[in-house]
Amino acid sequence: MDDSLEINEDAVLRVMNLSVDFDVKGNNVSILSKVNFGLGLGETLGIVGESGCGKSMTALALLRMVPSPPGKISDGEVLLNNVDLMTLSQKEIKNIRGKEISMIFQEPMTSLNPVFTVGNQLVETILEHKDLSRADALKEAIELLRLVQIPAPEQRIKEYPHQLSGGMRQRIMIAMALVCEPKVLIADEPTTALDVTVQAQIFDLLKEIQAKTQMSIILITHDFGAISEMADRVIVMYAGYKVEEGTLDEIRNSPLHPYTQGLLRSMLVIKPDSSGFKMPLPEIPGSVPDLLNRQPGCPFGPRCSQATVKCRSMPPNFNLGFKRSVKCWLADNGRVE
Amino acid sequence: MTQPNTPNSDQIFSSEEITSEPDVKWRDTFHLFCANRAALLGLTFVCLFILVGIFGPIVIPADPFEMVAMPLMNPNGQTLFGSDYLGRDVFVGIIHGARPTMIIAVTATLVTVLIGITIGAIAGFYGGMVDNVLMRITEFFQVLPPLVFAMVIVAVFSSHIVVVILAIAITTWPTEARLTRAEFLKIKENEYVTASRAIGDRNFRIITKIILPNAMPPLMIAITLRVGITVIYEAALSFLGLTDPDVITWGKMIGQSRDFFFEAWWTVTFPGVAILLVVLCIALIGDGLNDAFNPKLRGR
Amino acid sequence: MSESEKTHTLLKVDKLKVHFELKRESWFSDKPVVHAVDGVSFDINLGKTLGLVGESGCGKTTTGRAILGLVKSTEGTISFEGTNLGLVPPKEMLQLRQRMQIIFQDPYSALNPRQTAGDIVLDPLLVHNIGNSKERQERVDELFSLVGLQKNQQLLYPHQFSGGQRQRICIARALALKPDFIVCDEPVSALDVAIQAQILNLLCKLQDELNLTFLFISHDLAVIQHVCDEIAVMYLGVIVEKASRLELFENPRHPYTRALLSAVLSGSPEIKVDRIRLEGDIPNPINKPTGCRFRTRCSYAKEICGELEPVLEEKSSGHWEACHFQTANNQ
Repeated sequence: MDDSLEINEDAVLRVMNLSVDFDVKGNNVSILSKVNFGLGLGETLGIVGESGCGKSMTALALLRMVPSPPGKISDGEVLLNNVDLMTLSQKEIKNIRGKEISMIFQEPMTSLNPVFTVGNQLVETILEHKDLSRADALKEAIELLRLVQIPAPEQRIKEYPHQLSGGMRQRIMIAMALVCEPKVLIADEPTTALDVTVQAQIFDLLKEIQAKTQMSIILITHDFGAISEMADRVIVMYAGYKVEEGTLDEIRNSPLHPYTQGLLRSMLVIKPDSSGFKMPLPEIPGSVPDLLNRQPGCPFGPRCSQATVKCRSMPPNFNLGFKRSVKCWLADNGRVE
Repeated sequence: MTQPNTPNSDQIFSSEEITSEPDVKWRDTFHLFCANRAALLGLTFVCLFILVGIFGPIVIPADPFEMVAMPLMNPNGQTLFGSDYLGRDVFVGIIHGARPTMIIAVTATLVTVLIGITIGAIAGFYGGMVDNVLMRITEFFQVLPPLVFAMVIVAVFSSHIVVVILAIAITTWPTEARLTRAEFLKIKENEYVTASRAIGDRNFRIITKIILPNAMPPLMIAITLRVGITVIYEAALSFLGLTDPDVITWGKMIGQSRDFFFEAWWTVTFPGVAILLVVLCIALIGDGLNDAFNPKLRGR
Repeated sequence: MSESEKTHTLLKVDKLKVHFELKRESWFSDKPVVHAVDGVSFDINLGKTLGLVGESGCGKTTTGRAILGLVKSTEGTISFEGTNLGLVPPKEMLQLRQRMQIIFQDPYSALNPRQTAGDIVLDPLLVHNIGNSKERQERVDELFSLVGLQKNQQLLYPHQFSGGQRQRICIARALALKPDFIVCDEPVSALDVAIQAQILNLLCKLQDELNLTFLFISHDLAVIQHVCDEIAVMYLGVIVEKASRLELFENPRHPYTRALLSAVLSGSPEIKVDRIRLEGDIPNPINKPTGCRFRTRCSYAKEICGELEPVLEEKSSGHWEACHFQTANNQ
């Protein structure tokens, strides 16, 4: 059983064995363990999981932005067009950030500097990466705002972040991320802080841009609704491990890992017939394990209703076809649900 | 942890730690404090100073005002820390000066802090007109030249130790008041304060039991620093001859020997070092207390 | 249960308005006013749950807080068991307030970091001097087990608990005074999906066991559908639609409600719903649009919408809508 996944040769991004450790009061805590995945051209990969599963850390690790005194990337390769980002120097990786790989975060209010105008920040970003005059950079900034569908961009340029709504601020973040037409956009909970109707607008915007530029997107979120909107393929993470991978359809309709199954079952969706009024929702008993005191064996074991004695040892990633895998003993010998 | 594991997995995996060892509040606070070596050192030294203050004059009954040696003598066998410009023993001065210095420093600090925190808390909590009025009063006291004002008070009333303490307190409380007010304005917005109001908690209790403990960390530091500043104030007043002439304090010793620093460094340095040590140790204790009461350092 | 008991109205809110004044921009301009809640009316019957749903700036949170007196209402009446709360003397008010409690959204900031979990739940009992020391401790033990926490967790501090556990502490605190009515202000929005299920199950169970009445505030329509008997949709300070659970989801009337539903549903593979794209952002509550507040984003807006504000009317039995037209049939 090979742990690494067959990854498409023409994948834009190939992540292999990515591992991140943190030093907590002298103890080495594993935050991410041997995560593998590939990202194709123009594809949206959704990484879904609850708090503490390591999904945000994955994003930071890709850009080598893991906070370095307590944390370190202990293993792994991240190949962007065959160049391993882990081997680059500080200067070289800075060149990649914002240019080839861009990132947008959850809270647009705190990602934007409140004391500078929106235009100022955009222009600075542009000048940072491109050799243009200030006047040309300003023109490009206005064009970018138009691209992200901000009305009256010439006026918006002069405004401060606090004068804009959450949805508009997030669009500006997207504009800043797109300055260099990156190959990969990492979006870490981009719409969690936004209203539902605005969320829908942002997703539409991202899909339009993706259609135009063939940009690949990694969408990190705990909201499966967002995943359903945007993702082509999905990775489910738990306690720092990738526990399942597949297309959106496969994960949604035939989840294999008990955690994925539990997650989908306990999720609330609107039912057209309004059935199930106050019916007890299926719960996943217990809570996420303490990363400091890990038990040996499958990390989900203690909460799993289908656990067997075998689960006392860590299951490997079972490959079940192209880009389909599950880290569970149930997949062994084809005992798949 | 709150929901039991499924029966199946219970047999396979040992049930997880339900909770961490429950703490017993005061014992744990004590342990946390002791874990901070610097704080422990500070406490030890302060205790030493207190002992000196209480028992020093008994063990060494010499009169600090007595002229026992030639003026400005080096430290030697006869006078351990040398003698000052009047031939008085510096060492005896330090021993006897310990008690008054520390009493004035600590008491004045406490009074200052009490006034400052009360006014700051009320202004920060109630806001509006109350805040406006209190802040204008605070500003009034803040712009008064503190030394001049203290001088006036002492000169008008008396140089009794209580008056000196009050004089210092009245002129220096604005700093703590502003700090407390700022903390209250910030903490007041937290949801747990709203939750307390939802339960029906009265304002007094919200201020003292809910908000104030959360405001303590920066306040604690300010308080410990205040001790040092108070000592300096007292020194200044002594230098101007406004304090009780029959009482010797470290500040007074420094003030009186200022002009002789270059010829006889010991007359200023020893009392100076004593002040430095006390202030430093109190600051370390304050730091240790901050850590000891910080809930986030418990348990894990 | 007799007929009158069955339809016993526990809480009645009538034309509630909450306006906030902001600082003047200059000496000459007027003080800008935020019309956070601008005329909201509803009833909640004993043992039932009314859902308030809407996006940011709609005033649902402010409404909840105004009912509990945490925010001063500018106009309107709030009646609890027939008693007008505005006319009650302070001493009696303290008693009444015990019967109305609130659970907040963010379990991370709703607990005093410097108090142990046990002390936090004990506080309401101490404040109202309930029982003696032993009885209070027993009650705290009882509350902890009611919400699914262990007795020995009482000595731990908030930061030592997970998000779901903290919310349980909040619920225990809210139940300490044996309230009849609880405002649940987005109680599961800040929690992970799997934990949401746990907490919602807990709330439903407690409602049944203790015959509680809820005002359930949320922006999440799926959660609202799961727990609410009746639902009011709010937009920019007013209710634009109010209906029973079945009615609202089967026959949504107001354009805003339909847009909201489509925004949530279009990701679902079983339900083929075209997304109704709402252009623009939610207007600023200070400068609300004249006439109908929703007209700036509404695809059915006509001239009259800019001139006359629609009133919430009962368009069919138990189904209220605030709109000049019947847009639902024009699909």
